[in-house]
Amino acid sequence: MNIETQDFYTQAILSMSALVGLMSFLMLGQGRLPRLIFVFAMQGMLLTLTAILAANELHSPHLYISAFLTFTLKVVFIPSMLQKQVFAMNIHRDVEALKNNTTVMLSGASLMIFSYYVLQPIIHTSSMIMLNALVVSLSVVLLGLLLMISHRQAVAHVVGFMSIENGLFFAAMVATDGMPMVVELGVAFDVLVAAVLFGIFFFHIRTSIDSLDVDMMNKLHEVER
Amino acid sequence: MIAVYLLLCLSVAGIAFFALTGHHKDIGKLNTYISAVSLGITIWLATTVFQYGTILSESKAFLIDSFNVYLIVLTAFVGFTTSLFSAPYMAHEIELGKLTEARLKLYYSMYQGFMLAMYLVLTTNNMGIMWVAMEGATLATVLLVSLYRTPESIEAAWKYFILCGVGIAQALFGTILLYYAAEKLGNPENALLWSVLHEEATQLNPDILEISFVFLLIGYGTKIGLVPLHNWLPDAHSEGPTPMSAVLSGLLLNDALYAVVRNKMLVDGATQSHIAGYLMMGFGLVSFLVAALFLHRQKDIKRLFSYSSIEHMGLMTFAFGMGGALATFAALLHMTVHSLVKSAIFVTVGHAAQIAGTQKMAQIRGLIKTQPKVGWGLLIGTVAIAGFPPFGVFTSEFLVLLATMREYPWLTPLLLLGIGIAFAGLFRHIQPMVYGEKPEGQLPIKANLIPVMVHLGLALWLGLAIPSFLSDWFSQATLLISGSSL
Amino acid sequence: MNWAIAILQTVLFVALAPLLAGFLKFCKCRLQNRRAPSFLQPYRDLLKLTRKQPVISEDASWLFCVAPYIIFTMMVLAATVIPLIAVDMPTSESADVIVLVGFFAFARFFLALAGLDIGTAFGGMGSSREMTISSLAEPAMLIAVFTITMTASNTDLSGAILHILHSGSTLHPSFVFALFALILVAVAETGRIPVDNPTTHLELTMIHEAMILEYSGRHLALIEWASQLKLMLYGVLIANLFFPWGIAQSFSFGALSFALVVLVLKLVVLSIFLALAETAVAKMRLFRVQEYLGFAYLLGLLGMLSHIILESTR
Repeated sequence: MNIETQDFYTQAILSMSALVGLMSFLMLGQGRLPRLIFVFAMQGMLLTLTAILAANELHSPHLYISAFLTFTLKVVFIPSMLQKQVFAMNIHRDVEALKNNTTVMLSGASLMIFSYYVLQPIIHTSSMIMLNALVVSLSVVLLGLLLMISHRQAVAHVVGFMSIENGLFFAAMVATDGMPMVVELGVAFDVLVAAVLFGIFFFHIRTSIDSLDVDMMNKLHEVER
Repeated sequence: MIAVYLLLCLSVAGIAFFALTGHHKDIGKLNTYISAVSLGITIWLATTVFQYGTILSESKAFLIDSFNVYLIVLTAFVGFTTSLFSAPYMAHEIELGKLTEARLKLYYSMYQGFMLAMYLVLTTNNMGIMWVAMEGATLATVLLVSLYRTPESIEAAWKYFILCGVGIAQALFGTILLYYAAEKLGNPENALLWSVLHEEATQLNPDILEISFVFLLIGYGTKIGLVPLHNWLPDAHSEGPTPMSAVLSGLLLNDALYAVVRNKMLVDGATQSHIAGYLMMGFGLVSFLVAALFLHRQKDIKRLFSYSSIEHMGLMTFAFGMGGALATFAALLHMTVHSLVKSAIFVTVGHAAQIAGTQKMAQIRGLIKTQPKVGWGLLIGTVAIAGFPPFGVFTSEFLVLLATMREYPWLTPLLLLGIGIAFAGLFRHIQPMVYGEKPEGQLPIKANLIPVMVHLGLALWLGLAIPSFLSDWFSQATLLISGSSL
Repeated sequence: MNWAIAILQTVLFVALAPLLAGFLKFCKCRLQNRRAPSFLQPYRDLLKLTRKQPVISEDASWLFCVAPYIIFTMMVLAATVIPLIAVDMPTSESADVIVLVGFFAFARFFLALAGLDIGTAFGGMGSSREMTISSLAEPAMLIAVFTITMTASNTDLSGAILHILHSGSTLHPSFVFALFALILVAVAETGRIPVDNPTTHLELTMIHEAMILEYSGRHLALIEWASQLKLMLYGVLIANLFFPWGIAQSFSFGALSFALVVLVLKLVVLSIFLALAETAVAKMRLFRVQEYLGFAYLLGLLGMLSHIILESTR
């Protein structure tokens, strides 16, 4: 089974998955918040396109609805909300210089290899070449975690969290052609509420410690001194 | 089935009512009434199940069997008694100036929101909806943890949000993998329904289910508070208002464990290896020991008891992981009594903190002299949770030890060590608080300790003699979960 | 017959390189709202330089005089390896991608030595910078090109192009990564903005220019021509490897002229993009070049990973 022997739909899905993975890597290297949010919106756009492709190919209307939900949430609502907050709190010029950029990037690549290793049993026994895209979605999840670890700004944490959800949505679409509608709506609702709560939280954190650097929130310890 | 719909609709109505209407003087009492009606509905549901056995709704969306029926009643019961406690407690907090009335509205509407999420987790048959409800429970309580708006509480709420959110995302990945494995069996519409999956468990691909269980254990395990994913738990339970701590410790942890065990039932049916069990045993044992050790170094009374929650949840996870009839029965019993005793403890702790004006244990002294009921409540509660006979916790811990001695005798000394260390840690801190010298000017407060007495009384009753309907349910659930009966 | 076509191709390469440089200058000037010199200006510059007598320092060794010839020869040899308008060249079958990279490395080695030869401070500085950049860029380039050749199972460039042509319109995700990686590396290796400014006159900002500061006359002409040839080589590599449609697979006159037209079009598009990028982006500080090249390496690595994970046979 080579990619050249697959039909156009499979090739398109695999290319989309590669691009989604690329977006995750691009997010890892961003120092400025507006650009980070823009790349995240791009990733959401790619996901919407993938959903539309899948809906077209499989003739399932509920994937159109998922695509629409993803678009409104992940491309329009969340990035614009984050951008507004970033500009309102005047941190759009802060550059978070990552000290160990190369290390972070290379650990990202090793996370991709690791997720391939983890999902080997599934891919091996399956006949669908499309399942290989599941590896990319797991690595998007892990890269979102890496993004959260390597950045100190709370806004970057939220973008990482949302990109984890992006990876999960991609996994659901690739492996299972979308979850049942009820579950999708529930997940979308949860993401929406989470985004709104994050917005409220930025305001509280900012009022309490006057910056959004989460390293400064360190009053509580495991073992109290 | 009407009972389930009624229950859920009542909670939704509660949320809407508290959110939309203005602030009442009696908002606490309204909350109590709503919780009381919910309790009534759940008791009605329980009697229906008692008469007719397992109920499955026509759309197969809801499933009430012997595993979750008593958990539903327990949830409603603890919710009701905590609301009894929270009404005067929160009024006192407003008097102290720690809260505004607008935030109190938020508190009560999110209280009902949290109860709704709990009911949904317990009654749903759909694994996806279970996930959605778990995430909903997190979201409902996040704002409550930071209710006091101090820097520590905001930090605790942020940690809670991020850690639980990320953990739950892993659980969603596990659910997706489960759906993928199940979709191949036939009807994709039914692929997430637990009842269908349980019947056809042997046909599911074991490799996929193993990987999915790892993700599900990590994900829901974050919400249970398994070490090393437990970092949010002491912070969230100690910085939030006390009724919130009582409900989180008593109910949310139970529901997360319930979700893990439901998934374990599927995995056990599919794979022939015991990997799910070993994983749960490993995590549970580590949580048990680490939490027992951490108990000693705490300086805040609520953190002390939240580490005790971690320890007990670790023990329950260990027992469920071990499998077998005895351990499963013990774990089910432990879930019930731990819930009751822990929420009672948090209620007394809340009163103690209000009496002393602080949560630091070094500054709380002489409770038994100031307000004997609070002092005795705290002492008996600690005695109960540490595992003294004749309370229910002793019975369940004894059964777990018995089962461990039969199957993994080399682990028994570790368990005994952990129980001993936890016991020492708890009493070392509680003793001066209850019996020490009463500081100047410490006055008793208006407190409703009936919930505490009822909870401890129930725990005592369950330790001495489990009523027959409950033990029937436990036996049926044991059969369902472990495949063998007592 | 094949050999004649091969020699024709090499001659075309060498002859068209200054024209490409002239067109690039034209695009940049238009973007900066200036009037551009004619396309043939680079030819006139080269001719002018050839007629002048080179001025050689007393401290120069034989290396200084020999280096320009070696560099130019290497570039011409590299030009024979890369298919310009036709595949199935005998020259391209005798040398593959690794040899190509070797040719570039050989030329770079002598250029760096020539920069060090006179003993000026700027020469040494340019040489050390150039070696730093190339030590990071070479692995990236190799991985990017290997990703393509893994798909074709053949390191020979014309074989790889043929394979891609015959596989029809397949979407390869790894190619996207390899394309971006190769573009980043090409910018670094040919010394364009944002790595190095080719028109700077401030010596401390120079990398490539610093090494050739002391050259004059026909030596300078050869080196200039070699660097224009290098730019064209990279451009043709990118254009023909990733978008090979239009290349001649037979040796008829019609196919060859069609291929030439298509190639010119591709190079025009690439130059416009390069000019846009050079005008829009500022030059990076030197210590950031390693991040840039690290990212190029990462892209190449991702391309290879996506080849293995997403595309290859089980």
